[in-house]
Amino acid sequence: MMQRTLRITSYVAILLVLLFVLMTLLVNLTPLGENRWLRIFFSVSALNFTLRASVPLILGALCGILCERTGIVNIGIEGMMLAGAFAAFVAKTSTNDWPLTASLIFGVLVALLVGGLMGLLHATFAIRYRMDQIISGTVLIILAGGISAYLFDRDAVAQGKFGAIAIPGLSQIPVLGEVLFTNPPLTYLALLLVVVIHVGLFSTRWGLRSRACGEHPRAADTVGINVNRLRYMNTVLGGMLAGLAGGFLVLEAVGQFQEGMTAGRGFIALAAMIFGNWMPFGAMSAALLFGYTQALQNELLLAGVTSVPRQFVSMIPYLVTIIAVCGFVGRVRPPAAEGQVYEQESGSE
Amino acid sequence: MSNSATPVLEARNITKLFPGVVANEDIHLTLQKGEILALLGENGAGKSTLMHIIFGLYRPTRGEIWVNGAPVVMKNPRTALQLGIGMVHQHFQLVPVMSVTDNVMLGDERVKGGFLDRDAVAARIRELSQKYGLEVDPDALIEDLPLGVRQRVEILKALYRNAQILILDEPTAVLTPQEAEGLFAVMETLRRQGESIIFITHKLKEVLRIADRIMVLRGGRVVGHADPQTTTQQQLAAMMVGREVLLTVDKGPADPGEPVLELDGLRVASDLGTPALRGVSLQVRAGEILGVAGVQGNGQTELVEAITGLRRVEGGRVVMNGTDMTNASPRRITHEGRSSHVPEDRHAYGMVDVYSIADNLVLNQYYRAPFASGITIQTEPIAEHARALVDTFDVRTPDIAMHAGGLSGGNQQKMVVAREFSRPIRLLIAAQPTRGIDVGSIEFIHQQIVAKRDEGVAVLLVSAELDEIMALSDRIAVIYKGEIIGIVNRADATREGLGLLMAGVRPGSHE
Ligand SMILES: Nc1ncnc2c1ncn2[C@@H]1O[C@H](COP(=O)(O)OP(=O)(O)O)[C@@H](O)[C@H]1O
Ligand SMILES: [Mg+2]
Repeated sequence: MMQRTLRITSYVAILLVLLFVLMTLLVNLTPLGENRWLRIFFSVSALNFTLRASVPLILGALCGILCERTGIVNIGIEGMMLAGAFAAFVAKTSTNDWPLTASLIFGVLVALLVGGLMGLLHATFAIRYRMDQIISGTVLIILAGGISAYLFDRDAVAQGKFGAIAIPGLSQIPVLGEVLFTNPPLTYLALLLVVVIHVGLFSTRWGLRSRACGEHPRAADTVGINVNRLRYMNTVLGGMLAGLAGGFLVLEAVGQFQEGMTAGRGFIALAAMIFGNWMPFGAMSAALLFGYTQALQNELLLAGVTSVPRQFVSMIPYLVTIIAVCGFVGRVRPPAAEGQVYEQESGSE
Repeated sequence: MSNSATPVLEARNITKLFPGVVANEDIHLTLQKGEILALLGENGAGKSTLMHIIFGLYRPTRGEIWVNGAPVVMKNPRTALQLGIGMVHQHFQLVPVMSVTDNVMLGDERVKGGFLDRDAVAARIRELSQKYGLEVDPDALIEDLPLGVRQRVEILKALYRNAQILILDEPTAVLTPQEAEGLFAVMETLRRQGESIIFITHKLKEVLRIADRIMVLRGGRVVGHADPQTTTQQQLAAMMVGREVLLTVDKGPADPGEPVLELDGLRVASDLGTPALRGVSLQVRAGEILGVAGVQGNGQTELVEAITGLRRVEGGRVVMNGTDMTNASPRRITHEGRSSHVPEDRHAYGMVDVYSIADNLVLNQYYRAPFASGITIQTEPIAEHARALVDTFDVRTPDIAMHAGGLSGGNQQKMVVAREFSRPIRLLIAAQPTRGIDVGSIEFIHQQIVAKRDEGVAVLLVSAELDEIMALSDRIAVIYKGEIIGIVNRADATREGLGLLMAGVRPGSHE
């Protein structure tokens, strides 16, 4: 039954997306674009904004999927992201004199490393010290917020950020080329990771074992799988993805660091993961939806729509998140064993 | 099978200590190629623990495992699997949301070009199914399969790994008698092919039916060996329990009176929202025991919860002593309905482990005089009450102030029974009243249930043990997929007939 509901949901989603693409093409290629409201909803700039706003959500949600699919609850994505952002900023500012690309890539690597370390910390708390995983995640958030604010050098300036790379050929397609194939590298990477993680989870040995650990760790143990090792590994990998999301904010989106710059994106990513039923493509769709609401907010403000007070316009993304999660929580199914400590008596060494 | 041949498996001097429990003590076990060794013992005798040690899930405190004449260190299940040991666990180790294929290959995946080769595994499963008569659809999801089929998946999991030694831990607990026969046929095929099997059970009939050799465990020790050709059930029971036991319950004919509990078209949903009861109607009269038989998971739990007010009734009526009690609160059902409930999961619903025995014994009436006065609890009457009950119901404990979780399973259950039986009642709902407890306590509780019946109480007995149903009931209702598929008088009931009903075969239908 569950399966069927899901299938219907995805059909509806695909239909809506097709409709949306059609409208976008019409608005941007025909006189329909002269309508102010249609421009707000379907202009290329709105779509570009959507994608940019979605990338950190997609990466954050993928982080959540990796952790929770193996059985580790991760509400600390926000902290991992912030740590990654700050690390990327420090790496970038201290290598300003390097060639730009090298310096940016160095920033990405450091963001991955620090994100991975945050993941390791979370896994150690959760597995080795059996700390409640909600508390451990909260600790990560507070830790990242505190340390980054304390160490932040307000005079430091990062010079340069990733620029768009047009993919030859594809970027010439009208409208779609502009939206999908003229993006900076981390955006491509995030979209690619969605596919990679989906295939990894459902068609490889690693994925099968990971999911078994999240659903029924003892079953995995009885067929010789080292549950806790896999949980460590995936939490570290997940941390790296969240770190990358932070790196994206500093190195590709904004270009600088600000205190608390993740601004709740880690939590919205968590919502996207739930809304997307712990599936990479589901989470991506949810992230795009949330990103689109942010774009709408932006376009409405830019277009100077005054019939609605701007405070209400600013609420849209959060309202949509809340409604989506509330409406869907009963219908999605989290991994059965998430959050449960697994004790192995047999040798894990 | 000569004794001089090297055993395929040998456990030497195995001792396993858990905090406060000696689960295995100096156990010696040998298994020859191509034989079925039955390991017989009561609940808690240490059978599963011993198997977990052999399978590498637990480390023995002392002792060694030898495989094919060489000592091995079982670091974890992976070692055991590599040595050709497969185990079907008492609680199945399958991932419900995954397919049969994924479950079978988990941990030993076939990979082609980096990706899972599901087709090859499915083909191998079909081949094994065919060879051993273990029919199963490789693409089905585990959660959609009945328990009997899940067990086949577990056996296939072991065969897929080319297990030479197969451990089956209480495999018949979830099967109808006919399904158990099917399993025995599979075991015989495996034996012919040279497979060695350890078959664990606490059911005497099965042991005599299938085993080549019998080893009996009691209290963590080997208490004897037996040859199925020359042993009787009585002898095995005595070995298992340590004294002569009655295999039957002494009871006279029932003298049923007016209906006390009436269910009319009861409909209830399961935790997942699917229908669990689809219109159950039955009557239990004063002075009779109505047994509800069925394979686990056919709605028994929901039935009891609906009657006792623990689960919402979506349709139909529950009537007690002529009063409508549908969706009444548990407290109202207890008092106005004059009913008692021995729940199937005593830890979740029957007792508070960390409370004292005395407090546990007044959980159903602590708020009434003489146990309470105003808003305060009266300790002296509670202690007096406890001392009396502990005495009458033979709850073996040094002190009524001890926390109840520290009692053995049998004594915990006697405590729950003591509390539930100590009020004047007209209706008794007993769900799995003797699950997981020792034979001595089982006998005692059975006698108490019959005594209640003879006092004129209406008894609804729900049990997964067909033997218990047959021993106690005056009438037997069989539940299948949330429906009462048949009700028979005890005198007309046979194991075979009930087994067919439990499998969903209606009388008169020819399928
Ligand atoms: N993990 C454990 N921790 C503590 N005690 C245990 C554990 N597993 C089993 N026991 C205890 O060991 C004894 C033997 O249990 P078990 O091997 O499961 O018996 P059986 O399978 O024969 O019913 C019981 O008293 C049980 O309570
Ligand atoms: Mg057992």
